[in-house]
Amino acid sequence: MKPVAFEYCRPDTLEEAMELLAEFGSDASIVSGGLSLGAMLNMRLVRPRALIDVNRIDALGDIKVAASGTSTGAMVRQAVALKSPEIAEAVPLLARALPNVGHYQTRSRGTLGGSVAHADPSAEIPLSLVTLGGAVRLRSPKGAREVAAREFFHGVLTTDRRADEMVTGLVWPARALRTGYAFEEIAQRHGDFAIVAAAAAVTVGDDGNITALSFGLGGVEDRPFVVDNPDFIGRPAITATAQEIADAAAEIVEPMVDIQASADYRRQLVRVIGAKALMAAIADAEAQREAA
Amino acid sequence: MELIEVEYEPLPPVVDADGALGDGAALLHEDVGSNVVHHRTFRYGDPESAFANAHKVVRLDWRYPRYGSTPMETYGVVANFERAPDRYTIWSNFQGPFILHALMTGALGVPGNRLRLITSPHSGGSFGIKQAMYPYMVLLAACSKLMGCPLKWIEDRLEHLTGASTAADRKDWVEAAFAEDGELLGLKFDNIVNVGAFVRAPEPASVYRMHSASNGCYRVKNIFVENRLVVTNTTPIGLNRGYGGPQFYYALERAMDAGAKELGIDPAEIRRRNFIRPEEFPYSAPAGATYDSGDYEAGLDQALELAAYDALKADREKARAEGRLFGIGFAAGIEPSGSNMAYVTLAQTPEERAKAGGRSGGLGTATVSVDPSGSVTVKTVSTPAGQGHQTVAAQVVADALGLRPEDIDVVTEMDTLTSAWSLASGNYANRFSSVVIGTIAETAEKVAKKIKLIAAENLEVAPEDVELVGGEARVVGVPDKAVPLRRVAAQTHWHPAGLPGEMEPGLFETTIMNPPMLGAPDEQDRVGSAVTFGYVCDIAAVEIDKATGKVEVKKYVSVHDVGNVLNEIVVEGQIYGGFAHGLAGALLEEFVYDAGGNPQAGTFADYLCITAPEIPQVTVGHLNTPSPHNSLGAKGMGDGSSMLAPTAIANAAADALGTYDIELPLTLNKTWALANGLPYERAGAARPKVGDGPQEGGVEGGLTGEGSVELNAAPDAVWRLLLDPDTLAAVVPGCEELEQTGPDSFRAEVMIGVAGIKGLYSAEIELRDKVENESVRLVGKASGALGFGQGEGRVRLEAIADGRTKLSYSYRANVGGKVAAVGQRMLGTVTKILIGQFFRGFDRRLRGDGGGSSGGGGFFRRLFGGGRS
Amino acid sequence: MLRIKPDQKQRVTLTVNGRTVSGYAEPRMLLADFLRHELRLYGTHVGCEHGVCGACTAIIDGAATRTCLRYAVQCDGSEIETVEGLADADGTLNALQKAFNENGALQCGFCTAGVLMSATKFLEENPTPTREEVVDMLSGHICRCTGYEQIVRAILQASRQ
Repeated sequence: MKPVAFEYCRPDTLEEAMELLAEFGSDASIVSGGLSLGAMLNMRLVRPRALIDVNRIDALGDIKVAASGTSTGAMVRQAVALKSPEIAEAVPLLARALPNVGHYQTRSRGTLGGSVAHADPSAEIPLSLVTLGGAVRLRSPKGAREVAAREFFHGVLTTDRRADEMVTGLVWPARALRTGYAFEEIAQRHGDFAIVAAAAAVTVGDDGNITALSFGLGGVEDRPFVVDNPDFIGRPAITATAQEIADAAAEIVEPMVDIQASADYRRQLVRVIGAKALMAAIADAEAQREAA
Repeated sequence: MELIEVEYEPLPPVVDADGALGDGAALLHEDVGSNVVHHRTFRYGDPESAFANAHKVVRLDWRYPRYGSTPMETYGVVANFERAPDRYTIWSNFQGPFILHALMTGALGVPGNRLRLITSPHSGGSFGIKQAMYPYMVLLAACSKLMGCPLKWIEDRLEHLTGASTAADRKDWVEAAFAEDGELLGLKFDNIVNVGAFVRAPEPASVYRMHSASNGCYRVKNIFVENRLVVTNTTPIGLNRGYGGPQFYYALERAMDAGAKELGIDPAEIRRRNFIRPEEFPYSAPAGATYDSGDYEAGLDQALELAAYDALKADREKARAEGRLFGIGFAAGIEPSGSNMAYVTLAQTPEERAKAGGRSGGLGTATVSVDPSGSVTVKTVSTPAGQGHQTVAAQVVADALGLRPEDIDVVTEMDTLTSAWSLASGNYANRFSSVVIGTIAETAEKVAKKIKLIAAENLEVAPEDVELVGGEARVVGVPDKAVPLRRVAAQTHWHPAGLPGEMEPGLFETTIMNPPMLGAPDEQDRVGSAVTFGYVCDIAAVEIDKATGKVEVKKYVSVHDVGNVLNEIVVEGQIYGGFAHGLAGALLEEFVYDAGGNPQAGTFADYLCITAPEIPQVTVGHLNTPSPHNSLGAKGMGDGSSMLAPTAIANAAADALGTYDIELPLTLNKTWALANGLPYERAGAARPKVGDGPQEGGVEGGLTGEGSVELNAAPDAVWRLLLDPDTLAAVVPGCEELEQTGPDSFRAEVMIGVAGIKGLYSAEIELRDKVENESVRLVGKASGALGFGQGEGRVRLEAIADGRTKLSYSYRANVGGKVAAVGQRMLGTVTKILIGQFFRGFDRRLRGDGGGSSGGGGFFRRLFGGGRS
Repeated sequence: MLRIKPDQKQRVTLTVNGRTVSGYAEPRMLLADFLRHELRLYGTHVGCEHGVCGACTAIIDGAATRTCLRYAVQCDGSEIETVEGLADADGTLNALQKAFNENGALQCGFCTAGVLMSATKFLEENPTPTREEVVDMLSGHICRCTGYEQIVRAILQASRQ
């Protein structure tokens, strides 16, 4: 398994990357960590005319924490984010999702932006971004734009990114007060694509009721998404509510089917893994309330 | 490869035993006339009476999945053809048996000495799989002749997972007849083996390897066996760790646990009552094996103690009281090692065997030599692949010659032109510690004896007073009266005239040894199929999470009798490794084919090799009944728990779930369904009927789906548009060119792709069974660089309110080739996307705003634009 | 900006196990193939070429990663550690290798180079891991021979030294 012959282009700056995108457009593949793309290239599923290697664009590797939120450059390695105290503090959901991403030997190279651009329906980083209501920064020769994560993912490996654009960074909203974050997933083996992954951000008021809620699911449908459930705002933040939220989600999802899991099984996992994530998020929020 | 264009004419596929045996099944090989390519029955003792007199008969119908050991190093072949004289030389990591050398010379049309096979001294794992590479060796050799140059081929992982070899999947039943007290009176085995597309040598051996030990470790005398081999459109099967053993024990040991349950006897106790007793060895088994030694009950007792069985049962009671699914399973068995090359001839009737001429034996060969400087070299043809042959051989020869293991050079490169070899040479059937090491030890003893004779003359003592210690031959009890080994060695080369008596010069001994118990099959189909019979007794405890189907192994105990342990670390490594393969088969690994016969597990992300987190800590126990069949008292080992673990886990799971009706591997979805009494069918394996129309020429498809759209036009308008080539060209996703080839047939060039995984496909589409304004069936096929496919869909139109039409569709598609083998995870979703595109485009077209891929706006461009990383 | 035409062979210079070495590679040449066939460092093994099995793992610029998912041209100027660099020049095994040897942590040895390189980096970052942490790290490797038990023991033993 060796790739087709391609031209190798390594821009040193974003501007050079833009020149290449203008030149090749959809005939180029952009490589960051290359964990998914490399496999697809080696199998010749992808046969680009050019490979644009953005690994040496230094500007894409920053993590910036501000009161308004955190921005991570597209090239921030998953292992770097996992070890980052700033991320642990400012984007706890991502920090909790990252241990589930691949393996020690793949996180060292895989990037946050690459995972988002690849858009595997089971991937943890896109799910975290969608759940938190983050955004994706894109740039093309014509200019830059920011797309809400919930609009960015269109389907299996398919996103809002245009052929002449590249993902330059991710925007993570600021951590909310009294909010608990949790990530859970189940896979056939440790480190595999999740059959179902669930991410939850739950805000609990002084009265012990849920005041805000974001419940995201991955691996279920062709893209990560947040379940819309306004009915549960104001309900007590207890186990029974968590289970109800997950059960309600299970009723409305339209799961994918593959050799590992049927639609019914995925629905069942939405109930189980979803409730587990929601309960853990509630527990996290309660712990913060007690500490305060 | 990409330069070769292949046009496929798909024939109806047969993918499993059910399909092969079904009424009206398509024939794989029409000249054979049946998909059953081998059928024999065997009867030992009086099974009819045993069953007639039974207090209880248990019957289990079972299926066994297809999995394989997928060595980390794939096949590698270098072949060179030379002229004058014509000779093929093939370097490879082929593991033998070298009985296949004859097959290869036959295929290449050369005498044996014109096909030189060289197996590299090291191989990156084998487990039986590297037996099945011989067709590739022949192909490379033939191509080398055609091309006039040496050729090299390294198999890639996709090729390995789809085209190498695997263990057989089976669809069998077993019946066990028990007396009231649990005595096992009789056994009936009905074995149906899916051998894949062809019966490749040494098949049908997989169903005969355990045959002469069909009683397992029990005293049962009355046994009936029926064996059938079926061919299907799947990869041919071959050797794989435990070869036939996992399937055999899945029948026998699951029947033992079921018998225990039915009779209300503890599963440990029912085995204890039936075990062959220590004083009965050597034990003559009903189907011909001679068990060398054993103490099965002691092994069971050790396992029970290590498992803390009473506490484990208490855990089970507690768990059950809390509504948790907790189960305990047993599996015990013998481990036959060192195969009789003749056991495969059981596939023939006694008459056929008589006509074909005698067959027996399984020769071991070894060479030990000492050069003039006193350096020792051992040559073995055991083609090791990580089992530590060098380590153990050096140790054994060093012991015999009074040297250190690091002084011994062990050559494991096998060369049919220069090595002492025979049919049985190679690395399989736990051959090394049962046969090969004994041959090496015997050869080393010959060398030692000669050294002692020479040294005795030099030292002027009797040979029996000489011992070999620390690199010297010295007089027993007089340490300073000694002669260095190197001087003795030198003398045999430099001064042959000074050697005692008639002694031959040089120190170079080769032994070709046949274990005497490996005789020919007799007229009653009894054969001594193996040399040593180790013993394994496993106990597993599992807990199953009813909510997710996750099987957690809470405890695993494995007690082994491998006779004398030659090297503790090597033995333990084989036990842990064998267990991992067994557990993998029980829980994870399966070569999945869809209903169209397309392999679905072409990557290591789809074929789920077991990894470290999935493996529980195993408690290993040892028992030692030295084998009298081997000069070192060792028994073959290595298959071990790969044969028993699937059954121990299955028994534990069956106990936890309270049903016998389970099927491996116990993957999450399947186990969840089992735990909740729900039906389970793997996606792609199902064969739902599409629509309600006739199915002639229908597609056996893995991908199915259905849906409906409501359209803003009356059925007749929809109908016209649906059959309009321009519309088809506009709305078929990615259609670049469409040409009408007949009244109802079209040819199209379609660019199908998602996220840069795109390719151009040539498609043929036909409209059939047209019922005007009501329904039509679309049948088509396509092929391109990434794969090929067939599909059919049924479209029905129905008038609904406001002059609108409800269009309902169902489809079945069969996608094969690379894209199916490596991308099954995404196929269903991508198909849905494409179909969705089709109808969305159609709807837009209907509304007169263009639609389709030519003018469909951003969504289409996004979907087929490609270039994503 | 660097641009290399599809069929152009580019000189690639790496520091491998402390030595500066060069070879030539077309853009599509995998780093694993470059190490093996250009630099003749056959210790790095290739088991799947899709990043799952872990056999080809080496340490590149301080990170244990797959060399089958990298192209040699991407690594020009990189520092690479491979299994050949673990033992002393006279062949004396390092502590981790000794622990592998003593515990029977390898059988066929095909996955071993990758496992050793992962474990080397892992122990550098986490000198006193728990069994669970070792198992988690090992999940990125497939070994078909050992059942992993003796590998876990060897890494834990090395960590205690």
